[in-house]
Parts: sequence; structure tokens; C-alpha cells
Amino acid sequence: MMQFTCPHCGPRDQAEFIYERTVDAVVSLDAAPEEAMKSLFTRNNPRGVDEEIWRHTYGCRAWMVIARNRVTNEISATRAVGPEALP
Amino acid sequence: MSQYSAFGLLRGALNGQKHWQPAWRDPEPKSHYDIIIIGGGGHGLATAYYLAKVHGLKNIAVLEKGWIGGGNTGRNTTIVRSNYRLKPLHDLFEFGLKMWEHLSDELNYNVMFSPRGAMFLGHSDADMTKLAERGDAMRCDGIDADLMTRDEVQKLEPLLDMSRDARFPIEGGLIQRRGGTARHDAVAWGYARRADSLGVDIIQKCEVTGFVRDGDAVVGVETTRGRINAGRVGICVAGHSGHVAGLAGLKLPVESQTLQAMVTEGVKPMINSVIMSQSLHCYISQSDKGGIVFGGDPDNWPSYAQRGNPMVMERAVAQGLALVPALSRLRMVRTWSGVTDMSFDGAPIIGETPVKNLFLNGGWCYGGFKATPASGWTYAHTLATGKPHALNAPFALDRFERGATIDETGSGPMPNSR
Ligand SMILES: Cc1cc2nc3c(=O)[nH]c(=O)nc-3n(C[C@H](O)[C@H](O)[C@H](O)COP(=O)(O)OP(=O)(O)OC[C@H]3O[C@@H](n4cnc5c(N)ncnc54)[C@H](O)[C@@H]3O)c2cc1C
Ligand SMILES: [Zn+2]
Repeated sequence: MMQFTCPHCGPRDQAEFIYERTVDAVVSLDAAPEEAMKSLFTRNNPRGVDEEIWRHTYGCRAWMVIARNRVTNEISATRAVGPEALP
Repeated sequence: MSQYSAFGLLRGALNGQKHWQPAWRDPEPKSHYDIIIIGGGGHGLATAYYLAKVHGLKNIAVLEKGWIGGGNTGRNTTIVRSNYRLKPLHDLFEFGLKMWEHLSDELNYNVMFSPRGAMFLGHSDADMTKLAERGDAMRCDGIDADLMTRDEVQKLEPLLDMSRDARFPIEGGLIQRRGGTARHDAVAWGYARRADSLGVDIIQKCEVTGFVRDGDAVVGVETTRGRINAGRVGICVAGHSGHVAGLAGLKLPVESQTLQAMVTEGVKPMINSVIMSQSLHCYISQSDKGGIVFGGDPDNWPSYAQRGNPMVMERAVAQGLALVPALSRLRMVRTWSGVTDMSFDGAPIIGETPVKNLFLNGGWCYGGFKATPASGWTYAHTLATGKPHALNAPFALDRFERGATIDETGSGPMPNSR
């Protein structure tokens, strides 16, 4: 099992988190239809690092972005998202 | 190529079995092939075989980065069935199931297809309604399906926990009696041997690392064994679809995830059919060697690691033990996993890509083993003619932008139909 470091709660077991989607798959509110189609239906899906959105569902319930290597599972960065991430 | 037969075995018994020959050659890559297939799994090898046999093509290569059948073909739980709900899936998988029924003869290789029945369990009234609907849909398309009562389920599988206070009470089932299992390695090896005998070059330890372009067309591949030119190139790499298509600049409607399976020590026959529960996501069968083969949900996040998470395995095992309590006495001897390319409607993708001369066969999710013969047959047609086959036309890559998804579970644009 992986261990993630929640920006709010610190290191926690992966079992407390749920994977949502990648950052490139977030549809912006003013996206043109072709753009929305690409975000909804396609993924970079790299055999390497991608930025993923995970949620600490069984903890503080906050969303975060985790940069993770899909072959080695190494995590290179974690950042909070949402209002709490604003300066 | 000499035919395998009982007589050959008998003759071998007299000469110490010294007559056996390698089942396929180990050729050096040529500088040019009319058709290159990337990926030596069951699908790639079947495609090569039908290209040579049905379309009479001579100059074909299958390039495999590891060893043939070492991907999902050699890692899957070998369930073969055509009990889907939607017509395009019925047509493709039923065409395949009919091919399985003669595949050992066709290949002169025992693929050990065993139509022992593929049964879905129903755990509630709602489940039974859904199973009845699926059975009706199958029958309307000429596929066998029988709704089963509780008693019929119990008679077929006496070791299921049928008590009223079971963790997952069983109300009945839906069986496709022509479904069953087969021997995964034999499928890869049987197709490889036949394709090789028709002149197909099967080149192992040869990873495709890039595409050679001439304007908007692909005219060859870069590999770990040098550049090889090609008329047409067919991608057939399962979990690595996104990566390989990415080498040609394409972004696919797939996400790669890990799917695990496991097997217990061998025991005398105790599971007669293939038991599946779609409400739980657990499936159980017994291999011909006696091991109980288990599978469950994919690890629900992207991964190319080819190793699974114990959390997901534990869930599958807990479900299996609740269904068949006697399994708790067995030791698990092996667990493993494969990288599967989850498509965004749960259905495969077979056909042209926006890049000229480049074709794609992928997106099989966790269910492509059963389709191996049909996938090979239809993909061979597409690679030989440059056009869709009637059976793979609905599975074109551009169906997502056309709004023509084949969404069996009706769950919208998410990989693994979540
Ligand atoms: C645990 C598990 C259980 C499953 N259970 C079932 C089941 O019960 N029933 C069912 O129908 N399906 C099942 N499946 C799905 C099924 O295994 C696959 O859909 C099917 O085997 C895919 O076959 P394939 O030939 O396309 O892929 P593979 O057998 O994976 O072949 C692809 C090949 O491409 C090679 N490759 C990748 N990249 C490159 C490159 N760059 N250059 C050269 N070669 C490359 C790989 O090494 C691999 O050998 C299961 C899958 C898994 C993982
Ligand atoms: Zn938290």
C-alpha cells in the first residue's frame, strides 16, 4: 500500500484516500465542446509521472494534487487544492 | 510443421520423445515488412495468423518487447463467455465464442477450452431483475442464457453458502452454459506456432520505442533491435496502448490500471462452473490442475507497476470466502497482476487512428481474453483492407467524439466504468 502525505493531516495510509482523476481531465467551465470532449474522454496516461487528484475521503475529506510515478509509485509532490490553498 | 497427434506421441514413446522440434523460429528482424504488429499477446499473434491464413499475406512480423504471452494473455483468469447486454458486444463476443468451440482443431493445439458454464449470481430481487433483463437481451440476439432458481444454483454449486443469514444471500443466477475457461498460454503458443508455420516472423525481446514518419503517415518503427520499415503498423499492446500510441502523438480514451488475480493450492474438483458476482465483483473457478482461481476489482487508480495492492486483494478474497466458506481451508500459493487499458465506456477499440497507416487494437479492460479469436479475425481484416470489419466498425476510436459510446453499464465517461 502507498502512503500519502495529506497537506492537512500528515502521512496517512492510501486506504483513507480515493482516486478521482488527473489534472488534465478537469473540464473548465467555459471549455469549447472539443476541449470538453478531450478532457472527459482522453488521458495522457503516461508510463511515468502524472498529476493526480486524490481525496482524503476517510480523513479530512479535502482534495489534493499528487504527482506520482505510475511505474515506481514514487511521489514527488503533493499540494492542497480548493479555497484553503489560496494565499 | 509436423502435426501434433496421439500417434506422434505414441511414436515418440518408442524413440524417447526425441522428435520434438521448436514450435516457432527465432528469426532476425528483416528491414521491411508489409504489416508489423506491435505486441505478441494472444491478440497480436491471432491477428498475424489470420492475416496470413485468411488474407494470404506473406510478409508479416509480430514484435514483442518481452516474451510472447507474457502480458495479460498469460496473467488472466481465462473466463470465456458472451453474456453481455448490448448488441455490438453480443455480436463480437459471440462470434468469438463460436470460434473457441473449434479453436483446438483449427490450431492443432489443445487450448483446453472447457465450456463448464459461466454463472452470474443474483443476491437480491433487484439483481434478479437485472439478470433477467440481461438474459432476455442475450436470447433476443440468439445467445444461450438460462435464469436459475436458488435450488438450481445450489445443485450446480453445493459449496456456496445458501443459508438465509449468509453475508451475501443468493436468490438465483443466470448461466451461459456454453461459457467456461481455457488454457491461456496454449492460446498464445497455438497461434504463434500456426502463424510461424505460415511465414510470420515472431520477434521477441524487441520493444517498439518510436515511429518513423513520412509526413502524416507512419512508415516504420524504431525498436531496441533497430529500425524496421512497414507498410501498415498495428498496435496491440493491451495495458501499454496509451504509452505506445503516445509515441505517435495520440492521446487515447484509456487509463492503465492494475488488475490482480490469485490461485490456491490444487485440490480435488470442488467448483464446477465459473462463479461470478457482478454486485460484489468477485469471480471464482477451478483450474484443470485443481487450483482455485480468484479475481476481483481492478486497483482503481492508474498504474503500470504490474504489481497489485494487498487492500484490493483482501476485498476479493473476503468476498470469495463469504460465498464459498470451504475455501478458507486452502492456502493461496500465488498472486500476480497485469496492466489493463481501461477504456472510457468499458468497450474495446479496434480500427484506424488519425495517423495514416497506424491502427489500434486495445481498450480491452479486464475482458479481452475471451475475445482473442474474434479480435484477431476482425483486426486482421482491418489491417489487410484498411477498412473496418462489420463486427469491429462500432468499436472505432472516434466513437467517443461522435457520442456513439458502447456503455454496457451506463456509467458515463470514466475508465473502469466507475
Ligand atoms: C488479472 C487479469 C485477469 C483477467 N481475466 C480475464 C478473464 O477472465 N477473461 C477475459 O476475457 N479477459 C480477462 N483479462 C483481460 C485479458 O487478459 C486481456 O484483455 C487480453 O489478454 C489482452 O490480450 P492482448 O494480446 O491484447 O494483450 P497482452 O497479452 O498483454 O499482450 C500485449 C503484449 O504487448 C507487449 N508490448 C507492450 N509494449 C510493447 C512495445 N512497446 N513493443 C513491443 N511489445 C510491447 C507486451 O509485452 C505484451 O506481451 C484479465 C486480465 C488480467 C490482468
Ligand atoms: Zn487529510
